[in-house]
Parts: sequence; structure tokens; C-alpha cells
Amino acid sequence: MTRHLRITRLFWSASIAAEMEYRSNFVLTFVTSAMMLGGAVLTLAVLFQHDYQMGGWTWPQALMVVAIYTILDGFQQTFLAPNRTRITELVREGTLDFVLLKPIDSQFWLSVYKISIWGLPNLVLGVAMLIYAGMRTRPPLDAGDYALGLPMIVLGVAILYALGYMLSTLTVWFIKMNNITYAMAALLEAGRYPIPAYPLPYRVFFTFVLPVAFMTTVPAQTMLGMSGSAVWIVGSLGVAVVMLIAARLFWRFALRYYTSASS
Amino acid sequence: MTSAVRKLRAMTGVYYALMVEYRAEIVLWAVSTSLPLIMMGVWVQAGASGDFKLDATQMARYFIAVFLIRQLSVVWVIHDFEWQVVSGRLSPLLLQPIDPAWRFVLMHVGEQLSRLPIVLVLTALCFSLYPAALWGDAQTPGWWTPSLWQVVLAVVGCYCAFVLRFLMQYSFAMGAFWFERVAASHNLIFLPYLFLSGIVIPLEELPPWAFDVVMWTPFPYMVWFPATILADGEAPYVKGFAVIAVWVIVLWIVNRLLWRAGLKHYSAMGA
Repeated sequence: MTRHLRITRLFWSASIAAEMEYRSNFVLTFVTSAMMLGGAVLTLAVLFQHDYQMGGWTWPQALMVVAIYTILDGFQQTFLAPNRTRITELVREGTLDFVLLKPIDSQFWLSVYKISIWGLPNLVLGVAMLIYAGMRTRPPLDAGDYALGLPMIVLGVAILYALGYMLSTLTVWFIKMNNITYAMAALLEAGRYPIPAYPLPYRVFFTFVLPVAFMTTVPAQTMLGMSGSAVWIVGSLGVAVVMLIAARLFWRFALRYYTSASS
Repeated sequence: MTSAVRKLRAMTGVYYALMVEYRAEIVLWAVSTSLPLIMMGVWVQAGASGDFKLDATQMARYFIAVFLIRQLSVVWVIHDFEWQVVSGRLSPLLLQPIDPAWRFVLMHVGEQLSRLPIVLVLTALCFSLYPAALWGDAQTPGWWTPSLWQVVLAVVGCYCAFVLRFLMQYSFAMGAFWFERVAASHNLIFLPYLFLSGIVIPLEELPPWAFDVVMWTPFPYMVWFPATILADGEAPYVKGFAVIAVWVIVLWIVNRLLWRAGLKHYSAMGA
């Protein structure tokens, strides 16, 4: 375990050093992230300008969902997306062989190899937004509420990771998979709004087919202590565990079909 | 004239063939533009509350029209142009007796043609999300049957949208002559486009003052205007096409000026 931690630290300091070369991009990334969040808030403001409350959620409650979405987005830009792109490259070029030969678990190596600092603005903005929205709800959220919500966000991240890893695994069979990532990212956009704000077919799809509900809506619900949260908490845990195991098994299965560069 | 037409046809044919090779990818690209359908869910539910100008059925029709217009006005020239400049591949194109801009335009036209059958199938599927969009409901009775002039104007509007977006993105792409990595900064115009063009918010739901301001920018004419013509038939036609004309002229001039200045600055391999 300590070996894994040590290796992770080495990987990350190396990739941060590499990215620091382009730090002028940082301002640009910050501006873009702020614009994206601003646009999402504008959309909500238009939806809330009359008496309408999306699926019974109030304005600050809906802002919390946007905030959690922004945090997850930042997280996936920082930790998940760079590694996903890398897996695709490794398989296409046949250099995955070198990873498989290393005396360490290949899934671990592939999941932590790179981090990118470009997700930081989203993480910062998302947390700021979450705190602001939390002060505006009635009653305002306290530390205990956040402490309850945090594990749910972690589960959301786990689901996101497992989903992404399974999609990357598909590269072993289909070489050009970048577009699948785009297609999934487009569908995940649904997480910007509380799932009860959607019509029934959408709710079913985003709960049981693509579990977007567990990524943003359930953490917000838990923090707000909405009734019936217990079922969703259990559900979230179940989905996360099942998907992590599935991602693991799928990777092991896929490796049997991996024909390396030379064979 | 005939030789120009022949060139255009030949190049469109080449790009069509090139794109059809990647059919499976085009399906995925089409799915990745599913944002209007997600927003349709949010707004149909909102429209059903009766608090908004459009009711549920009108919302559904509007967003299905948005989906269609988006599919037929996809522009990605900035990524291609950046690559051509950075890799120096622009140099041989400059030797040809035709402006490279046409090559990029026809590449897009070819892709649109290859996308068309998929778009029609996907649009048909859209109706399964909200079938009442097709035959109407109590608030908005009657079938959604756009009249002939509505369709004609929507097609014209859709190509105006394509021209506007292409000119805007291509002008921005000229930055590649100076900054190389220009596609990353493309978000600076893509995000206003996303939120002010009507993909995410049906613009008539904005407060009246905000609506009036937005209508002077080029963004509503990239989606909202043609989509509203198709979905509703009621749109500010004269003002709309006038504003489009002004923006096309302005962007055209800006584009040509940047192109000339950029070429002088261009210093890739062999130039």
C-alpha cells in the first residue's frame, strides 16, 4: 500500500512539473470555467424567474446541484480524463505491453499515471458555489450536512471513474474510442440539473441506464436531508460497488483479447 | 463559371467520400450533440407548469428543431486549420489556384451530406421522447406540419447560421498564425454561443430587455432563429435577416483582413 502511495506521488509530481510549462494557459482555463459556471447559473436564473420550481427544488438547492456538477467536472478533468486519453494511445500504439510487464497492477498504473492541473479552476469554483448555495438554503447547511454529503460525492466520483474506465477498456477491441468519450460527456451534462426536474422517461434513463442521478442529485439530496434519502444512499453505494467490480472484471477480461503490437 | 462549378462538385464529392468512410464515427458525433435533447427534458417539464411563454408541446417542437439545425450547422474548422498551420500543411494548399477557405467550406458540406441520413433517423427518434410534439395536445392542438415557406425559410436560415458560425470560427482560427494553440481559446466564443444561441435556453423566455440585447448579437441567428421559424413560424423575419446580413459582411471583412495579415506572418516549413 505504501508502495502504491509512493509511486502515485512520483507520477503526480512529474506530471505537474510537465504541465507547469504551459502555465499561461491557466488564466484561460480559469476564464472558461467561470464562463461555463456563469452560463449554467444564467440558465437556472431563467428557469426560476417565475414561480416554477424544478421538480420541487428551490433556487439555492438547484445551485447546489450545479456546484456539485462543477466539482465532479473539475475532478474528472484533473484525475480521470488525462489517464483515459493515455489508455487509448497506449493500446493504439501497442505500448501497453510495457505497462503490463511492470511489477505492479496494470489498472492501478493506468488510473493514476497522470494528473492535469486544468481541472483546478472548476474544483475551486465548484466548492465556492457549494458553500454559497449552502448558506442560502433554509435552514442553512452546517458542517454536519457537508460531512454527510462528502461520502456521497466520493461515491459519485467512483461511479464516474468506473464508467470511464470501462469505456476506455473498450479500446482493446475498437481502436478509435475518443468519440465515445465525447458522447458520454454529452449525456453526463444532464447532471447539471436535479434529476426530478426531468420527465419520467429521462428520470428512468438517468437513474438505471446511465447513473447520472447518483453523481450530482443524490449528494445534494443527502446534504439537504431530503425525505427518502436513505434509499438513495444505499442505492448509490450499491451502484458504486457493482460498477467498480464490473470495471475490474471487464479489464481482466479485455486483457485476454489484447493483441500487442508485435503479435 | 462552369469550371468553378465543376471544381466545387469535385471537391464536395471527394470530401463526401472521405466522410462516409467513417460512418460509425459520425453516429457518435451525432450523439455527442445530444445537449438539445437533454435541455428538452428540462424545458418540457418547465413548460408544463404553465409559468412560461411556451407550453410543453411548443418546447418539445422547439428543441427538436434545435437538434436538427445543430446537426446541419456543425462547424469544426478551427481544429483543422490549427493543425494545417502548425504542421505546415497549409503551404502546399497556398500554391493551388483556389483559396484554402473553399476547401474547408466544402469539407463541411461533404460531412453534412454524409450526416444527413443519420440526422433524419435521429430526428424521428426525437419524437419518441415526446410524441405529442407531432400531433399536439390540448394547449397546442393540431399536427406539427410546417408549411412550405416555413421549411424554405428555415433551410435558408439554417445555411445563414452555418455561414455565420463558419465565418466567426474561421476568423478566430486565423489566430493560429500568431499563437499556434488557438483551438484551446476557442471556448471564449463557443461558450457565449452555447448559452446565447438558444441551445440551452429558448430565448423568448429571457426577460424582455435581455432578449432585445441578445438579438443584436450574431448568436441567436446561429440556432434560435431558424429553429423558431421551423417550430413556430413566428419570427422577426425582416430584422433577423437584416442583422444576419450585417454580421456576415462584418465578419467577412474581419476574416479577409486577418487572413492577409496572417499570411505575412506565416512561417511554417517551406514558407
